[in-house]
Amino acid sequence: MTRRQEIEIRPRRTEAEMETGRRARVLMKGNEAIAEAAIQAGCDAYFGYPITPQAELLEWMARRMPELGRVFVQAESELGAINMALGAAATGARVMVSSSSPGISLMAEAMSYMAGSGTPVVLVNVMRAGPGLGGIGPSQSDYFQATKGHGHGDYRVPVLAPDSIGEAMDLMATAFELAERYRTPVMLVADGILGQAMEPVELRFRTPERQAFDWALTGAAGRPARIIKSIDLDPEVLERRNLALQHKYREIARHETRWEGWRLGDAEFAIVAYGTAARVARSAIARARDNGMKVGLFRPITLWPFPERELARMSRQLHGILTVELSSGQMIEDVRLAVEGRCPVAFHGRMGGLVPTPDEVLGALKALRGRVERTRAASGHSPAAHDRGTPSTNGAGLDAGARPGGRG
Amino acid sequence: MTLDARSSGALRGAAAARLVYRKPDVLVDRATHYCPGCGHGVIHRLLAEVLTDLDLPAHTIAVAPVGCAVFIYDYLDVDFVEAPHGRAPAVATGIRRLRPEAFVLTYQGDGDLAAIGTAEIVHAAARGERITAIFVNNGIYGMTGGQMAPTTLLGQRTTSSPSGRDAGLMGYPIRITEMLAQLPGVTYAARGSVADAGSIGRLKAMIARACRVQIEGGGFAIVEVLSNCPVGWGMTPQESLEHLKGPVVEAYPLGVIVDRSAPSTARPAAAAPTKPEA
Repeated sequence: MTRRQEIEIRPRRTEAEMETGRRARVLMKGNEAIAEAAIQAGCDAYFGYPITPQAELLEWMARRMPELGRVFVQAESELGAINMALGAAATGARVMVSSSSPGISLMAEAMSYMAGSGTPVVLVNVMRAGPGLGGIGPSQSDYFQATKGHGHGDYRVPVLAPDSIGEAMDLMATAFELAERYRTPVMLVADGILGQAMEPVELRFRTPERQAFDWALTGAAGRPARIIKSIDLDPEVLERRNLALQHKYREIARHETRWEGWRLGDAEFAIVAYGTAARVARSAIARARDNGMKVGLFRPITLWPFPERELARMSRQLHGILTVELSSGQMIEDVRLAVEGRCPVAFHGRMGGLVPTPDEVLGALKALRGRVERTRAASGHSPAAHDRGTPSTNGAGLDAGARPGGRG
Repeated sequence: MTLDARSSGALRGAAAARLVYRKPDVLVDRATHYCPGCGHGVIHRLLAEVLTDLDLPAHTIAVAPVGCAVFIYDYLDVDFVEAPHGRAPAVATGIRRLRPEAFVLTYQGDGDLAAIGTAEIVHAAARGERITAIFVNNGIYGMTGGQMAPTTLLGQRTTSSPSGRDAGLMGYPIRITEMLAQLPGVTYAARGSVADAGSIGRLKAMIARACRVQIEGGGFAIVEVLSNCPVGWGMTPQESLEHLKGPVVEAYPLGVIVDRSAPSTARPAAAAPTKPEA
């Protein structure tokens, strides 16, 4: 499939033709698929700066946005790009930036301003291995940064973590929806594998509806002037602004938490993993099941808000949890907070751009099972005697309760 | 400054009243937070007058800086977005590209524009962004208590150069407007001052020209305003104005540095052609 053909599967056609095009399966590189999904979601403006492994995303935008009469600017730095996005978003436009780990660090300052002033923007972080300049291999070492870090101040940012190119495309539309509904930056995290691998994707695009914004800067003709800002030197006023922000974050946690369960119905063990690590986990789970282990996958789709209540509920029926990440173990802290000691939580991860193999993960699962069995033998329990809670409801409900990433 | 006789209808009946000056509506009627003698108030007023003269307030989207003028939106009644420190030209670029019909204005101090924001101002100018930049140079970080700025004069004492700025240790003052003027994307660059009535009159003409450049479809336009900071300089307002007219103007010569808007005006030999219409 050449680029030319991919481009032709696009509007300015009859409805029927478009429907056929939208259902077509094509082979696409992740970065390009994410870019096209953003375009189809109605992205008005893209600002970027080259960095591996997401340069193809910028290049796709450089070609496509001008031909659609939309805005593309290659900025002087990631600082420039995110601040251009700030200005563009302040006018009410649907705006996106993308980068990779070191560039996201530079964008952190403006993210704080945008969170504080309620300016919607979508950021894509195709994560690479750190710290520092690190390397360009796939990594999930920015979990802390994405979910707890980046800029200064008491704020949060919804973080979406697809595990396939198809899901990434769907979540791009979700990202714009969330950004505009809650007036917040939204981050989508992928890694070098998702960004640069090619896989067949079904071209199903969504374009979120446009809302009328009563805050957008358009020039104060016929109305009072508007101000988009985060500063408030009066502590009472600033605390009220902060309380309003925290209220918003609770609303987001209540309504927008997304996760997926797989083969959890009868599971005694679960792997918690997201993104590329979840794909490795699926292969490991298939092998473990061949070996008679009852293992399932709990995959957070929103890293923030983390699906803590769902994981907490599930942990009551589990003998143990293995967290698999392309990092030294970052998400595992949220897993442990959710599980609250109800079952052992083990970790397996690789760093530096390396990806755990299914066999490594299988080995870690077996080690976890051995540990659980030794503990139970020492305390006189057998695994079969373990209180599984109410498996008839919990077990069946877990997979069924999984929310698809593309929930409208 | 502005002799706005057109708006004097309410007073026309009063025989004794001759309208000499009317506050532009876009200038909010409120005491500023600026220190006594500070130049920001004068510059705000000039901006308000020029915006009004050119019928721009309803179309303006302005970018507020970090620094003493962070609350400029309390005084100018137009749409405003606050930029992180130094990033106003990038924020303005985003607005410009999405709102081709808007009048886009930035207002930055010397720490903001000539230190932390050098990359953003250079590249906005290099791209020839159709924005009007007001650059207030008072040679000091005023809001944080009077530290050395990139524009601080050699020998000048500040809280972070207590023995005076030493070129060997702290480098030389930057004439960043001259640097920017080299870029073909810059249509207009000038430097004025708020030191006295004559200077203020000439400054207003520069600001008006920089605004017209944008309206007429030119590229980047910047006016550097030499201003005073009596508190930060440790002077009375009157002393600070004398200082402004003396050593400050010596270091930063006044006048139009480049004007590529009029084909008849001589262009610098090194200047590349102005950028084609987008």
